[in-house]
Amino acid sequence: MVETTGRPIPDPKSSKHLHGTEEEEKNILGFWIFLSTDLVLFACLFATYLVLRTHTDGGPTTAQLFDIPMFTLETFILLTSSFTCGLAVREMRYNNLRRLLGWLAVTVLLGLIFVGIEASEFLSYSSEGATMQRSAFLSGFFTLVGTHGLHVSLGIVWMISVGIQLLRDRIHPTTARKLFNAGLYWHFLDVVWVMIYTVVYLMGVMK
Amino acid sequence: MKNIGQPAKRTFPWSHVTGYVGSIVLTVLALLFTVKAPFSQGSLITILLGFAILQILIQLIFFMHITEKNGPAYHSIAIALGFLFTFAVVAGSIWVMTFGSQVQ
Repeated sequence: MVETTGRPIPDPKSSKHLHGTEEEEKNILGFWIFLSTDLVLFACLFATYLVLRTHTDGGPTTAQLFDIPMFTLETFILLTSSFTCGLAVREMRYNNLRRLLGWLAVTVLLGLIFVGIEASEFLSYSSEGATMQRSAFLSGFFTLVGTHGLHVSLGIVWMISVGIQLLRDRIHPTTARKLFNAGLYWHFLDVVWVMIYTVVYLMGVMK
Repeated sequence: MKNIGQPAKRTFPWSHVTGYVGSIVLTVLALLFTVKAPFSQGSLITILLGFAILQILIQLIFFMHITEKNGPAYHSIAIALGFLFTFAVVAGSIWVMTFGSQVQ
């Protein structure tokens, strides 16, 4: 490694440079604590959905509503975006800004496609009369899946902001910490989606 | 940007690729089991939940690097507590509703 800029150069083999100062390390711990509280928010929405999922009031049931190719595609897109986001954080550890921003852009693009598919899914449901007001099941469904979609949208805005900061300030302990936290958030949304895929969609179309 | 601090040797991102392939395989298997339904409903639910737990572990270990730490693993305790609350709220709600007529 050659020092050319006077900035501390990270060791790609460890995440130590993420914790350039004790402050950054505390920040990352604080973010993990936020994630666990966000998980509790989703726990309440999952519990509500699972209790109400059979309460369809004569309206559409899960099996009639859910479209297997659509939710499978959503799952593949989100899993792929989690992978590319992981690669972006990996490039940060190699201190390669160009590749980092490339993978981050791919992640944002996949996130936008995901949100677009979800929006069209919601629109097609409501055009069939399956609106949020139709039944207790649909209220629970739209609240749970919609809250996740809102999180993904926020994650997209966040990653774009971090990308702009990285372009302006390059990779140093503070921008590295910001990217790492945004990455944690993105992977966390994948954790929640895996639960939605299993509990809402797969169990919804189960015979 | 100049490639400052670029290490001479770049390694293949094995752990990321492993995590990605694992998550795709688990997704496809879960879908196949659901559509083909070769098991009874009870065992299918157990299998699907098992797959979901594996998916979550893949995200936590391969992408969120939960095992990396300087000092005590407070972050693991925090997220484990989140999962404990999730289990308690979800399983508790379902359990309470199994009392049927008594809670309606």
